[in-house]
Amino acid sequence: MGHATIEWVYVGVVIAILVYVGADAWNIERLLEHAPEDAETIKVTGAQWVWTFEYEDGTREIGKLHLVKGQPYRFEITSVDVIHSFNIPDFAIMMDAVPGRINTIWLVPDQSGEYLIQCREYCGLSHYQMRGTLIVEEPSGEEGEANITSAAVEAPSKGATAVAS
Amino acid sequence: MVLEVKKPRPMWEILFSTHHTDVGLLYVYLSLTAFIIGGALAIAIRTELFLPGDAINIIPDSNTFHRIFTVHGTNMLFLWLIPFASGIGNYLIPIMVRYKDMAWPKLNAVAFWMIPVGMALIWLGFADTTWNAYPPYSIIRAPGPAAEMWIFGLKILGISSILGAINFIVTILRMKHPDLPLMKTSLFVWSTLVTSLMIIVAIPTFAAALIMLYTDRLGVSGFFNPAMGGDPIAYQHLFWFTFHPEVYIFLIPAVGMMYELIPKFSRKPIFSYQSGVAAFVLLAIVGFASWAHHMYATGMSFTEKTVFMVGTLAAVPASAMHVFNWIATMWGGRIKFAAPMSFAVGGLVLFFYAGAGGIVNTAMPLDFLTHDSYWVVGHFHLFVMGLVTFAFIGFIYYMFPFITGRMYSERAAMVQFWLMFVGVSMIFLTQHVLGLYGQPRRVFDYVPVQPLIIMNQISTVGAWITAAGAAIFVWNLIKSTVSGKPAKMDDPFAIGEQYYDYTRREPHH
Repeated sequence: MGHATIEWVYVGVVIAILVYVGADAWNIERLLEHAPEDAETIKVTGAQWVWTFEYEDGTREIGKLHLVKGQPYRFEITSVDVIHSFNIPDFAIMMDAVPGRINTIWLVPDQSGEYLIQCREYCGLSHYQMRGTLIVEEPSGEEGEANITSAAVEAPSKGATAVAS
Repeated sequence: MVLEVKKPRPMWEILFSTHHTDVGLLYVYLSLTAFIIGGALAIAIRTELFLPGDAINIIPDSNTFHRIFTVHGTNMLFLWLIPFASGIGNYLIPIMVRYKDMAWPKLNAVAFWMIPVGMALIWLGFADTTWNAYPPYSIIRAPGPAAEMWIFGLKILGISSILGAINFIVTILRMKHPDLPLMKTSLFVWSTLVTSLMIIVAIPTFAAALIMLYTDRLGVSGFFNPAMGGDPIAYQHLFWFTFHPEVYIFLIPAVGMMYELIPKFSRKPIFSYQSGVAAFVLLAIVGFASWAHHMYATGMSFTEKTVFMVGTLAAVPASAMHVFNWIATMWGGRIKFAAPMSFAVGGLVLFFYAGAGGIVNTAMPLDFLTHDSYWVVGHFHLFVMGLVTFAFIGFIYYMFPFITGRMYSERAAMVQFWLMFVGVSMIFLTQHVLGLYGQPRRVFDYVPVQPLIIMNQISTVGAWITAAGAAIFVWNLIKSTVSGKPAKMDDPFAIGEQYYDYTRREPHH
């Protein structure tokens, strides 16, 4: 012994880094907790092995989710059989779909295009194929049709990559 | 079969022995077998993922794939990591605390012989529940009798480790030589003591959850079945209350082995014994305050997430103290890079990467990027394959001359070290990137886009390189046991004084 000072300094530095990480994470997560007031609620239901989406106006889609760029959305996520996990990697959206519970998460898509929706919790035989498509349209609305087709062309390369960007 | 070359004895005498060195070696042989066959499953998984789609077809369908990764995970954790640590503990603890045997030799043998039974249940059942066995899947969808066999297998392994832990605690605290204060015992003794205490606190929770899972499967209860008013998230709390501390139960014996190896091969005393003890005790306590960081995405409230993030971050300084202690011990030492030391230093490097990745996981917003993706696979494999298995392999090489009386091939061991170090880095560092690209874990197939294909291929080639290293390892152990050069028993590694008389044997009784 007799050289404990270096170790205390080292432990102090480690703790300082951890405090920084913890405080920053807390600060960011605090802002992500609550969906904007005007968000449209979309009910997301996982079942072996498809995603079903129900919009606020009552229409339903299976395996496809249409959103408008710049609009806030609030997802209410549940499951009818086993635990799934609703995941859009490109937008860092990730929340478990638990039977008997409703979990919420929100998103403002900031880029138009086609993105991958997948299941991220093991759910049986076709877990790896439990995929869907998120289609983000330009807010122009009526003539959105053209935008979808142009987005679809660039889709394959965007499929599962853009988290880093 | 050659168990102890120095003094060959009939097979039955060893199998029915209750002597601590015999039982310890049985543990080691069983766990090494599990390591090799579980590793073969991992190679099958990685080979299947070399290309997307049907291009590679060594695993015929997704169900077989799910069964393979379930058995791989269960096998590696409960039949390789835990029994190996028990084996070395059995062999060394009585010697280190200067007692003739374990406190209860017969109980010790019983605890060992429960393991082959559990192993048979897990391998013959070949369940597909994943090693987490999350309900409701494991209740309402997983096919029987595989899932039942998995439940009973884990039950038996859990009882076995509790019996072993009781034996260790009593041996260390009550059978220790009266002239030897606890604060003078080696840090490996401390690591075994702390691990055993953690096992006794942690395991019963999951043991209860297993019974609830079983009655749920029978349909007589609905603890975790939402169709009967139960809550599947309750299982996850019980599960992780046991298995987050369990990762420290895997880790701490390996840390204790590093404390044996690094000072000896640096030819210097440990930098700070007190700091090592303090870090063990701290980790054992704080390790119980972080279990739900595995569950951020199950819909936890902001407050719950914050509490468990703080609990998780609080466990980091203890691990960082170990790393500091090792580096400070090596600093200025006359280091001899024989195989045991190379594996210890390699393990230290991978431990650092794993720990740094862990800090990223625990930060709440980043967890939603990494959770249930390949990042997590890479992260915990850097611990269990990086630090823990490297320390174990290093320790096997270190004990080899003391057990067999012969020397292993140093050149083959160094080739193995470099193959494994490069291979393991390739597999698991790239898996972090795969996770950031969004590849979920436990998938039979992935989206055929260029970045995913390239990263999966690097990872798979790394797995093949690691397998080559493991093959050399097995060859080296067998060949050197049979025909290695006789070791100089007083100082086989030419590193000077030995702290313990490893070759000492109390007479069989």
